[in-house]
Amino acid sequence: MSKKPSAIADTKAESAVKATDYALAPINAALSSTQRIELYRTMIRIRRFEERSLRAYQGKNPSGGTNIGGFLHLYIGQEAVAVGCCSLMGKNDHVITAYRDHGHAIAVGMDTKPLMAELYGKITGCSKGKGGSMHYFAPDKNFWGGHGIVGGQVPLGTGLAYALKYQGKKGAAMAFMGDGAVNQGAVHEAYNLASLWNLPVVFVIENNGYSMGTSQARSSAGQLAKRAEGYDMAWGQCDGHDVYEVRALMDKHLTLAREQSRPSTVEIDTYRYRGHSVADPDNTYRTKAEIEEYRNKKDPIQVSLHKLLAEGVLTEASADKIDAEARAEAESAADFADASPYPTPDDIQKDVYWESDHPAERKSEGRLFFD
Amino acid sequence: MPQITYREAIRHALAEELTRDPNVVVMGEEVAQFNGAYKVTDGLLATFGPTRIVDTPISEAGFIGLGVGASMLGIRPVMELMFWSFYSVAFDQILNNAANVRYMSGGQINCPIVIRGPANGGTSVGATHSHTPENVLANHPGVKVVVPATAYDAKGLLKSAIRDNDPVFFLENTILYGDKGEVPEAEYVIPLGKADVKRVGTDLTIVTYGRCVIHSLKAAEVLAKDHGISVEVVDLRTIRPLDFDTVLASVKKTNRVLIVEEQKPFASVGTQLAYMIQREAFDDLDGPIHRLATIDAPAIYSPPVETEQLPNPGRVIKAVLAAMA
Repeated sequence: MSKKPSAIADTKAESAVKATDYALAPINAALSSTQRIELYRTMIRIRRFEERSLRAYQGKNPSGGTNIGGFLHLYIGQEAVAVGCCSLMGKNDHVITAYRDHGHAIAVGMDTKPLMAELYGKITGCSKGKGGSMHYFAPDKNFWGGHGIVGGQVPLGTGLAYALKYQGKKGAAMAFMGDGAVNQGAVHEAYNLASLWNLPVVFVIENNGYSMGTSQARSSAGQLAKRAEGYDMAWGQCDGHDVYEVRALMDKHLTLAREQSRPSTVEIDTYRYRGHSVADPDNTYRTKAEIEEYRNKKDPIQVSLHKLLAEGVLTEASADKIDAEARAEAESAADFADASPYPTPDDIQKDVYWESDHPAERKSEGRLFFD
Repeated sequence: MPQITYREAIRHALAEELTRDPNVVVMGEEVAQFNGAYKVTDGLLATFGPTRIVDTPISEAGFIGLGVGASMLGIRPVMELMFWSFYSVAFDQILNNAANVRYMSGGQINCPIVIRGPANGGTSVGATHSHTPENVLANHPGVKVVVPATAYDAKGLLKSAIRDNDPVFFLENTILYGDKGEVPEAEYVIPLGKADVKRVGTDLTIVTYGRCVIHSLKAAEVLAKDHGISVEVVDLRTIRPLDFDTVLASVKKTNRVLIVEEQKPFASVGTQLAYMIQREAFDDLDGPIHRLATIDAPAIYSPPVETEQLPNPGRVIKAVLAAMA
């Protein structure tokens, strides 16, 4: 890190010091007890939501059909990353991510009922049953998806930052990607544009060690975040199992974006307990022992719970109550999804064109649709 | 009425819309300091400055994707592709992101982006630089596709495209950039999806668009003079949305159809038109629907041979005579 400027140059060294208690970092020390509990609550709400969605995926609906089709990329094990990052959002900060997007959606404040309904393909879903698991969106919460093609969302996130700068708004875009995405050309094009044009974007690599079933060692040369140096960007790396550590690092990077309009890259080490998607066999590329190791020693929810108990912010009883509420919320989301209607065939051609959805304001003529 | 070039007409449309709407940004390779690879954007940097007229690196996936992202937050980017042929390296951004984001978000997000640039053969630049992807683009619900043939149409249609709330792909032609046409000084717009009968006739309808309109008009002159055949030339101007009513009215009048397009034949725009014409005007046809397209091979380099690979007035005349036989 001799080359790069920035407030962030020391983060790698800092993260190597395991004794550091990130709860004492200024951005975390300033948290009230309620805010600390909310971080924990959001993580456990994500966990319970996804566990419930997995049960729905594996089960049948009352008419014997599938509740949830296609892919279901679960975020279980990675919750501290989205929650830590999104907890730092101000009103001009924006988020975009890839297809493992349930955690980010809940972390930005989306209601879990329409999220579950989207998985079920119902009209009450956040995308009216048209996007599915990989394509959650909430522009009212500055959440721009939910994108299915690896790395394809990263230029879009750079464009969000471009718009912020063009409009003179002091904010930052967070463009999340997995560790597999760093080998996609679109990501590198976005890095170059962001640095060249001084755009306020933080590229967040959620490194769960595997791009689908291919380990980092078999897919990527060098340290992932360090590639930023080739684009004259600052970078940082941290352990993503402690929500406080995620916040401590991301706060610096977001500040760099907001205050100096400089992009940067962060690599957050994390782990997913489930397969790449639910349907994928999980035993060809990693061992059960490895998964258990993470589950037992680095689970972000357990890490957070222990800290909150130690801080005296939570008691066993209050923690149990939060968990029970999260389970009830997930159950209620599933009930809502189950009871909701599907879109009708008439809905298929809605939401295709702005103009066809606003016929009174349509300026063009001619046929928009064909049969 | 002043005569200006197709190139100037596009430039005037850009300048007027840049003046009208502060959210309009022109972006692309060599558009600013270099004044445009084809000088379409000549002088815009001097007038509007580097915040509005932005040079990009050679990085189509990156800057087109950036434009799509910026458009979601209300910017109206007008992105220049030096050649539409380069869409292939930005395909994911154009046809996964721009085309689908409204649908996949359940209608929550608009993508008011314009991507413009030339899409044509005939300049001896070989197969990689001679693609005409209007059929590929128009195959994607959610997008609009415009292919203007004249200066007047180019200006009026581009202004509509920039004001449109959906992604609009605007396909120009390097060979037409220098062609002059009458363009009024007063402001006007042409709605997307409105065809234009460029020549009235009674014996046969040519349905066409882009530079093939010019070829067809030249051929129609010869056919009238030398063969006594009265050809009606319908210029689609916009591929999607499609003004099929104008096509249908002409076919019902002439009862014979030739489609002329600078497209590879398989699954072209003409293929779709032929399906629709037979479906909706079967009983009005006095003969099979004919189609003249590019000879089915990658674009050949050899200059005189490429001219023959593409539709040209001579090939149009032959095709009309065959259709009338």
